[in-house]
Amino acid sequence: MSVFPRAATRPMIQPRAARARLKQRLGRLAAHLLLLVSIGIIAFPVYYVFVLSTQSMEEVVVRPTILRPSTHLVANYITAWSQAGMGRKLLNSLVVAITVAVGKIVISLLSAFAIVYFRFALRKVVFWLIFITLMLPVEVRIVATYQVVSDLGWLNSYVGLTVPLMASATATFLFRQFLQTVPGELAEAAQLDGAGPMRFLWSILLPLSWTNIAALFVVLFVYGWNQYLWPLMITHTEEMQVAVIGIKQLVNPELPQWNITMAAAMMTLLPPVLVILVMQRWFVKGLIESEK
Amino acid sequence: MVHRPVFRNRLLPYLLVLPQVAISVIFFFWPAAASLRYAVMRASPFGDRLFYVGLANFERLFTSAQYHRSLVTTLVFSLGVTVLGMLIALGLAVLANQKIRGLPAYRTALLWPYGIAPVVAGIIWLFLAHPAYGVLTYYLRAATGLSFNWLVDGRIALGLVIVASVWARLGYNIAFFLAGLQQIPQTLLEAATVDGASALQRFWHVTRPLLSPITLFLLVTNTTFSLFETFGVIDAITRGGPGGATETLVYKAYKDGFIALDVGSSGAQSVVLMVLAIILTALQFRFGERRVTY
Amino acid sequence: MWRPRSFLLAGLILILASLQPAWGQAPVPVIFWHGMGGHLGTVVQALVTQFNESQSAYRVEAIYKGSYDEVVTAAIAAYRAQDPPHLVQVYEVGTQTMLMSGAIYPVYQLMSDHGYQVDWESFVAPVLSYYSKDGNLYSMPFNSSTPILYYNKDAFAQAGLDPEQPPATWDEVEAFSRQIMERDAASCGFTIQWPSWTMIENMRAWHGLPIATQENGFAGLDVELLINDEFGRMHVGKLAEWAKSGIFQYGGRGGSSDPLFLNGQCAIFIASSAAMGTIRQAASFNWATAMLPHWGEPYEKVNSIIGGASLWVLKGARNPDAYAGVAAFLHFLTQPEQQAFWHKETGYIAISNPANELLEREGHFEANPDQRTAWAQLTYSPPTPHTRGLRLGNFIQIRDVIEEELENIFAGTKTAEQGLDDAVARANRLLRDFADLYR
Repeated sequence: MSVFPRAATRPMIQPRAARARLKQRLGRLAAHLLLLVSIGIIAFPVYYVFVLSTQSMEEVVVRPTILRPSTHLVANYITAWSQAGMGRKLLNSLVVAITVAVGKIVISLLSAFAIVYFRFALRKVVFWLIFITLMLPVEVRIVATYQVVSDLGWLNSYVGLTVPLMASATATFLFRQFLQTVPGELAEAAQLDGAGPMRFLWSILLPLSWTNIAALFVVLFVYGWNQYLWPLMITHTEEMQVAVIGIKQLVNPELPQWNITMAAAMMTLLPPVLVILVMQRWFVKGLIESEK
Repeated sequence: MVHRPVFRNRLLPYLLVLPQVAISVIFFFWPAAASLRYAVMRASPFGDRLFYVGLANFERLFTSAQYHRSLVTTLVFSLGVTVLGMLIALGLAVLANQKIRGLPAYRTALLWPYGIAPVVAGIIWLFLAHPAYGVLTYYLRAATGLSFNWLVDGRIALGLVIVASVWARLGYNIAFFLAGLQQIPQTLLEAATVDGASALQRFWHVTRPLLSPITLFLLVTNTTFSLFETFGVIDAITRGGPGGATETLVYKAYKDGFIALDVGSSGAQSVVLMVLAIILTALQFRFGERRVTY
Repeated sequence: MWRPRSFLLAGLILILASLQPAWGQAPVPVIFWHGMGGHLGTVVQALVTQFNESQSAYRVEAIYKGSYDEVVTAAIAAYRAQDPPHLVQVYEVGTQTMLMSGAIYPVYQLMSDHGYQVDWESFVAPVLSYYSKDGNLYSMPFNSSTPILYYNKDAFAQAGLDPEQPPATWDEVEAFSRQIMERDAASCGFTIQWPSWTMIENMRAWHGLPIATQENGFAGLDVELLINDEFGRMHVGKLAEWAKSGIFQYGGRGGSSDPLFLNGQCAIFIASSAAMGTIRQAASFNWATAMLPHWGEPYEKVNSIIGGASLWVLKGARNPDAYAGVAAFLHFLTQPEQQAFWHKETGYIAISNPANELLEREGHFEANPDQRTAWAQLTYSPPTPHTRGLRLGNFIQIRDVIEEELENIFAGTKTAEQGLDDAVARANRLLRDFADLYR
């Protein structure tokens, strides 16, 4: 590990150490400052959305812009809630997001396991088949996909809302990355003990990947929660629509009432943000961590 | 470290990939093929008129000045979103990975905007940056004297959608970089410090190579993100304008197919997009995986 | 087994059943997809509820299916999957696509099939004509508006202008704007909504000029755009000049320029008559409306045209019994009471003359003179072959092309002549494509 010039071998003298300590302290201060500023920049847009959701329309359009919350919070949120039926929509979003996340995790873990731990004729083909699904946006093939779901009789149902969304590559790609870092000896040891592949997956790999799964759950929950176009197309009753539709539903095409819209936007962004906050510990760790 | 698959079973691997392959084929490949078929057709939206036109849609695409422009726009946009987004995220992740007080709080504050839907992000930025009433443009104008009118100036509009997309993706990138950074053994960095490496040298010789798998992953996902998942932002802010200045290839395919109902041209554009994406990914794997250290 | 109690119970059920005439015969559902968000959605739902409560044979189920373009795509997807909604709201630019689609049940036919005698003559002429073909109505006009001029009376007063004297000509718009800006009563003279609709389509109609050949596309499919003639170059050239000097501030497409007027930056606003509701709610100054400015001699002055959306009946729905319900619902919607309610709540114009007469009788126009402007402008003259409306294939893309080129012109990257020529060349190709499809 000595690719670096060996400069620190001389014994240190006092003033140098003090200077180093000062430098370190200054460095930390700079880090604090930089972090605070970045967080300010990152959070400001959302703060502003919150502010708008508390204002009257007159306050929204007035110049110079008012950046303090105003007094119309309750009224705006009640209007948004009742006008767009947000209660039911948020519930649907929750069902969709959880189902999509869990479903994706299960099928992706299975296929990633197959790709990493088996040699089979179509292995490469399957990998590319799965990977290509990243490549063509839903919008382009939506009319055709609608037809498939309609033929299955899945329109306006939770199955129709969730199952087609489970075909995507991100999770498989990530699991493949995780599994590749699991030492091969583990599998060999399992084989010596006479454990079959499913047993190995169930009792060795699964416990190892809980943090990964938790992290993926966050990513996929957010993905499922934020779907807009697909749910809009295949739901035919108000009872089946999801929260993001509610936001758009509040936009009057002639002249939007931004304060009400922003109130709905706040309601809709809270749950995924909450999931991120609650699961943050595993989120960061589990994204790539593997037990070594 | 190359992993060797160890289990032997004829049927099981196929059973394992079956759910994902089945869903992909039924809900992705089948409809995608049905949509891409239109690449060689001219068709009415309701499907009552359908003519085979050979490669006419492609020919028209490749000779269209708007499409050439869209290609350049996409290049600038994708590069901007990917490079800028990853650099900023890496910088912030390095900052948030130091041994300083209040770190958990900082991390939380950096991550949460990831939960915001693209549609919402678009509306937020439209509001922030509107030339007439946006706070951002208001203060920027006060500070610089420039007007930042992206409703008229296409370059500013492109800059704006890049910034908005970077913002929407920042939490995601930071999360992955942080995860990668935390995986780097502290002893390695300490050893380098003892060896007298400066912070920059430590980053370059220790952190960077160990971060390469994450960087590759983020490169792939960010490129696909910038290509395919940003049109929610573009749609909410500029709708491809002004004068087509923010019309990326995917937004154009969306606009021509979904809004303007020109299924033929949209099909042809989708074929081009898929070919581009496959080439891009293959290249990234080829050059990326070789340099990645697991 | 004779048990008096169960006998009694059965009797009770029988009595209850006879009290409820529709017992066991649930109302037939009529599926209606629309794109009306916000307050407009609430008003649509109110109309639907009124209809559902007025009879028991049918139940209209209205649902918001996204913005206009999303509603159309949803309807196409559903039609191609052989399960379309009965009724769908389509924006005016989709009119030709719907007309030629072979997927529709023309409204005039639906109404006569189900025994409704509709007095088509009683509809406001430019509203009826926009959605008619060979004198027959194909889709039911729903939300119709026309661009009018709004102005900030306070800014006018502050600039020393007469607040009761809105600009009637473009020369006045220019002169008033200069005075307003010089006196610092506002930072820009005027702004506009929906650039192609207000500045190209309606400006040409208002001056009696055709927008496209073949009577704006009503007379045939081989259509070409005419917007790059001398008038077009002059008007757009002026706009570009004003954009440069700041008299005119471009605020984007659709309604994105609204806040420029609402926060007092621009004193004059050329916008949809349906924007009035929110202007009333959000403007903190006194304002009034007027008809569109005109360039004067040598141009004529005729009615303006409408925009908005209409309701199309799709054929092939799984439950054909519901079509009678669609006819009943459309009949209900066109009644003067419902039209007056719709107009008062939304600012969209009431589509029949009896409805407007009712509003007049009720004293509504007297109390709200600003709401009369749109109707007055639409009925300014009987529609000429150039002012019935627009019947262009691929109109969605054409409007997009026009606005794209207008933006290039306003940004100064193209001259008015160049930009309009390019717009016409690109639009003509789209028109040819459409004609080829239906040759």
